[in-house]
Amino acid sequence: MTKNKQQQWLSGNEAFALGAYEAGVTVASGYPGTPSTEILVNLVKYQGVYTEWAPNEKVALEVALGACFAGARAFATMKHVGLNVAADPLFTASYTGVRGGLVIISADDPEMHSSQNEQDNRNYAFAAKLPMLEPADPAEAKEFVKLAFWISEAFDTPVLVRTTTRVSHVKGVVEKGEILPATTKVGIDKNPAKLVMLPANARKRRLAIEARTEKLIAFAETFARNIVELGDTAVGIITSGVCYQYVKEAFPQASVLKLGMVHPLPEKLIADFAAKVENLYIVEELDPFIELRVKAMGIPCKGKEVIPAIGELNAAMVRKGITGDPGPVLLAPVDLPPRPPNMCPGCPHRGLFYNLKRLKVFVSGDIGCYTLGFLPPLSAMDSCVCMGASVGIAHGMEKAIGQEEAQGKIVAVIGDSTFIHSGITGLVNTVYNKGASTLIILDNRITAMTGHQQNPASGRTLKGEPANALDLEALCRAVGVRHVRIVNPNAIQATFEVLKEEIARPEPSVVITRWPCALLPEERRRPKPLYGIAPASCTGCGACLTLGCPAISWVPVTPAEGKQLGCKEKQNGYARISEVLCVGCGQCPSLCKFQAIAVVEEGK
Amino acid sequence: MIEKGNILFCGVGGQGILLASELTAYALLIAGFDVKKSEVHGMAQRGGSVVAHLRYGDKVYSPLIDPGAADIQLAFEMVEAARYLPFLHPGSRSIVNIQKIAPPAVATGKMLYPAAPLDSLTEQGIKVYPVDGFGIAREVGEIKATNTVLVGALSTLLPIDVEVFVEVIRKQVPARFVEVNLAAFAAGRKSIGPL
Repeated sequence: MTKNKQQQWLSGNEAFALGAYEAGVTVASGYPGTPSTEILVNLVKYQGVYTEWAPNEKVALEVALGACFAGARAFATMKHVGLNVAADPLFTASYTGVRGGLVIISADDPEMHSSQNEQDNRNYAFAAKLPMLEPADPAEAKEFVKLAFWISEAFDTPVLVRTTTRVSHVKGVVEKGEILPATTKVGIDKNPAKLVMLPANARKRRLAIEARTEKLIAFAETFARNIVELGDTAVGIITSGVCYQYVKEAFPQASVLKLGMVHPLPEKLIADFAAKVENLYIVEELDPFIELRVKAMGIPCKGKEVIPAIGELNAAMVRKGITGDPGPVLLAPVDLPPRPPNMCPGCPHRGLFYNLKRLKVFVSGDIGCYTLGFLPPLSAMDSCVCMGASVGIAHGMEKAIGQEEAQGKIVAVIGDSTFIHSGITGLVNTVYNKGASTLIILDNRITAMTGHQQNPASGRTLKGEPANALDLEALCRAVGVRHVRIVNPNAIQATFEVLKEEIARPEPSVVITRWPCALLPEERRRPKPLYGIAPASCTGCGACLTLGCPAISWVPVTPAEGKQLGCKEKQNGYARISEVLCVGCGQCPSLCKFQAIAVVEEGK
Repeated sequence: MIEKGNILFCGVGGQGILLASELTAYALLIAGFDVKKSEVHGMAQRGGSVVAHLRYGDKVYSPLIDPGAADIQLAFEMVEAARYLPFLHPGSRSIVNIQKIAPPAVATGKMLYPAAPLDSLTEQGIKVYPVDGFGIAREVGEIKATNTVLVGALSTLLPIDVEVFVEVIRKQVPARFVEVNLAAFAAGRKSIGPL
């Protein structure tokens, strides 16, 4: 699209995929999670790269590790909290090292645009004793993945690449490059002393890690992507990742040390840079990762005392932190009705949460679109911590309160993909340890929140090819759950009855609410009725509004307008269904005691 | 000739904001600018308030527009136009699709949709260009082309030849929708009139 044919306009995630392709990756695995998802979604389009969605990040990293043991260049992608799940193989992969190159992308989410925490995964590089690169824009995203593979093979180490939302979801100009030829022959090459991490071997590998780190520190001193840009020496700034862009925007003339590799740090390069500038600042998002290490070197600098440790930065914040200049007075925000994210019109989860609110139970929630069941008017989620946690939390609450007292008061809700990710073991535990809580699996046939990724129950692979579909009900029965019920959550009253029965049951039970996501292409194409409300029949009771469907809205009327429309006396408004937004799920008619909601057009 | 600029796109998830910002970015790239665009995906997209930052110039560093630094706003909905006021400054120009989409608290009758949401912009010295994007798109024959109508309106404020936008639409829009989108773009340009 640009004048130069070698240039492409890509997001950071598209650039990571191109970088992996050009690096000669042949096996890639990951689990979807914002802001990492589009890396594999794009990598699958390249010829000669095997890509897959794993059920969770731990499996993804293990698959990539196995591929690298077989001599292939292997790639694993995940969001920041996904690396917690994959931390177990990560820490010991540091000991085994690699055969083919192994690169792991950690996509962090400062500001928590779409996450439950904003942990700083640079800390993993330190804790697992691994090198970490941090690109600052899409062009570097591509280049750094290739460099990471070079480092991985040259130093016999997995390499972490940290990205953030403002690299992954930023689009910029990226140059196409050459494909790196493979240097390792793919096949079985037994090396148990290096790959079998029992204590005797691991102790030897522990020493190898120290030797490797020494070499990596020496490498970092001359690494071409640790760049000194010497300008005005009154202010010197050490920075990395997208923060470099904010620094350059705020202080185009300042001296900057841009670290392409944030672990291990080039101590001599840092000391030399510090000696050349009068006032040294560290500009980094989230934790004082670089700052603490520079201070430990005995170099005076300012970091988190002037730069916020919470949320994303921007150029104005960096400018204010360093100069104290608050900048121009901003226009004050206006008081407006908020617009939080909401479940889509026709979302099958809505019917379930409507019922859970009616049942007044404690809802132990999980990670997915359905976490929005927390918001009013549904307000039917009471806890949400991490992937799969709903099941264990419900069980733990029950054990604390006692089964008799807790009976019928606690349920766990979890999506299909999230259940497979890490809810299964929780269910095994509930059954094994004689719990009695009810687990509700919200099976909308897809991993929806991240943009419709396939999963082991959806019947398709990442490539879109047919695959074995995990039988959720058979799995639950195999675990030992004797009562597994399947309901259509759009059928409000029938779902309510089943929930009531199963929640009251003094043994573990599973209710699967099964209906496809309203946004799935096949679901959108399916002809569905259009519902409408006859204003003359609407009494303005507002019952349908408690669903919180974006297609239903309240229309206030004055007494005169009401009279003209045939409204009841004292009625101050009526509900209206938007013909543009309604997708005909059929949840709302059962809420109306006055039969005011009816099909106005069949097969829209 | 403007050598650099910051354009803030905002509206409600599902209105085609990302595609509009994409078409604009391509046009700026062909015109020879360095361009960066920042978006948010995932949970924030589910019917919530959506924003995209587009920056162009000889060399763009930050992918984010600083508060108060947006030169142009392209708002797809009136309340959203007002919501991002702290990104604007007196003298900013704001093209606003005069569509109303009720936020949840309004839809459930808990709050009222503001009577004149654009007054808060004009009172602060922002030049507002109201455009009936939805109405124009309906006249053109495709309500889904509302975003292209708005790109047409935006194009009148940018230092890019109209032919560049036509080229981008031909390349980026699926073949069967090219003609209707070109018509939507032209109608959007006309809606702003001579500046």
